[in-house]
Amino acid sequence: MDAIVVNDLRKRYGEVQALDGVSFAVSEGEVFGLLGPNGAGKSTTVRTLVTLTRADSGSASVAGHDVAREHNAVRRVIGYVPQDSGVDELGTGRENLVLQGHVQGMKRRDLRSRTNELLELVGISDAADRIVKTYSGGMRRRLDIALGLVHRPRVLFLDEPTTGLDPEARVVMWEEVSRLAQAESLTILLTTHYLEEADQLADRLAIVSQGKVVVEGTPAGLKAGLRGDAVHIELENGAVDDAKRVLSGVGASPEQVLEGRTIVSRVENGGRALPGIISALEGAGIPVASVSLSRPSLDDVYLHFTGRDFAAEDRAA
Amino acid sequence: MKTITDTWFMILRQTRNLMREPIWIALILIQPMVWLILYGQLFKNVTRLGGFGTGSYITFLAPAIVVMNAFFGATWSGMSMIYDLDHKIVERFLATPGSRLAIVLSQIVRSALTAAIQAIVILLVSLALGVRVHTGAVGWLVIILAAILVNSAFAGVSQAIALLTRREATMIAVANFIGLPLLFLSTTMIARAQMPGWMQTAAKFNPVDWGVKAAREVVLPGTEWGTVGLYLLLLLGLTALTSAWATWTFRAYQRSL
Repeated sequence: MDAIVVNDLRKRYGEVQALDGVSFAVSEGEVFGLLGPNGAGKSTTVRTLVTLTRADSGSASVAGHDVAREHNAVRRVIGYVPQDSGVDELGTGRENLVLQGHVQGMKRRDLRSRTNELLELVGISDAADRIVKTYSGGMRRRLDIALGLVHRPRVLFLDEPTTGLDPEARVVMWEEVSRLAQAESLTILLTTHYLEEADQLADRLAIVSQGKVVVEGTPAGLKAGLRGDAVHIELENGAVDDAKRVLSGVGASPEQVLEGRTIVSRVENGGRALPGIISALEGAGIPVASVSLSRPSLDDVYLHFTGRDFAAEDRAA
Repeated sequence: MKTITDTWFMILRQTRNLMREPIWIALILIQPMVWLILYGQLFKNVTRLGGFGTGSYITFLAPAIVVMNAFFGATWSGMSMIYDLDHKIVERFLATPGSRLAIVLSQIVRSALTAAIQAIVILLVSLALGVRVHTGAVGWLVIILAAILVNSAFAGVSQAIALLTRREATMIAVANFIGLPLLFLSTTMIARAQMPGWMQTAAKFNPVDWGVKAAREVVLPGTEWGTVGLYLLLLLGLTALTSAWATWTFRAYQRSL
């Protein structure tokens, strides 16, 4: 059964079409990633699914409940870990958890043991009775996740779970999320604008760009869909057109041009083909500033399907 | 039922947070006494003008200070809503089956509870300063009730403004804008007989003055219970109205998400 079904969601905020027909489905027990740059519509999608926001049109259901018509049924089975926390930092970690549990309608005794269990599970037992203001970024994020889990939801929404964490803490958080997904047998929908994160965590992912799902698949499948390695050739002058002709001649058809001087080509067995490519360019009198070769990454998948450079778009947003 | 329990848990949270700020506790207890003592001393001789119903200005002033303090507290109650909105605490509750109404209600009730505690403190200090409530224990209850109602009525307004503007700066401006005018357009510090005619008329429509009149009526001799009841009822009606308005603005906020 599908834990989440999203069908042609549209939402406009004033001039901005935040969602422009988003559709995807997530199976039960799956970790599903929505990957895209800032402003792509990931958070709006999640906010619609957790009943915070109403879509203008389209439909969506979570654990079989329609998000527009069966608010409370949805709210009972989901955990939501928003991008900006929502923790009361003037209270302690435990107080936050207990309040969350009460509001979720849990019984006092159950809540007490569940709180202890979760504090242990996310590894902040020692800090449980400290004011959240004194927590580190990583501890705070763990508490956020515990808050989303307190009432034993079936579907967990993680909106940018590692934004604002340093790289080390991020890797630890990835391990935690994978472990929690197992321990609590959860379906997880996570949004991220980190390509590595989607690659690490998601069983399947959808790339979102400008309010639409551009492509959907497993990280490995998406990468495999791009045949060959990516060769980035940066030219010293801007002779892009000449260079393109030369490259096509040696079987390295250019796919994209970045910033007017870097050509991206896709080549089978890039390592072996590279010397030939460079000498062909030099033979044609086109000076090369730098060359790099990379195995297909989600960056390349993004570039391939949207025609835009992920990092540049993320910065621009 | 869920609304009541959720409101209770949310009040518990807000109260606990306040308890962690000892300076804040000190201020909410000391400030009303400063009003009482400063005004009491400054205008001590004003009763000579007549129309005060007592020769002791502090007796005239004490019940009004209780109400004034409740009113001032209420105008700031929206600040705590803005904190919760800014920190996305409200959004976190909205993704749960928790009662929506409890989010607004808990703010108003917490504010009113603070006013009630302050009322008791002011009454105790007044007692020490020689103020005697003519109607005794019932009188004390009426004064506390007046404080609760005035506070709730204006807390509703403050919450609505917080939800509409969602900005601290605007909140502060509004609180300052309505605070002193409503205080001076009332019989808080001066007998009605000593006010200019137009102010007397304006005071009739001032809910702060309704609270002051109800509270003062039980302190001074010759209590008219009908008057007390009327003003308390008016305040109750106003509280219902402003709470409904605050709830409505909360729905508007939800729709804007």
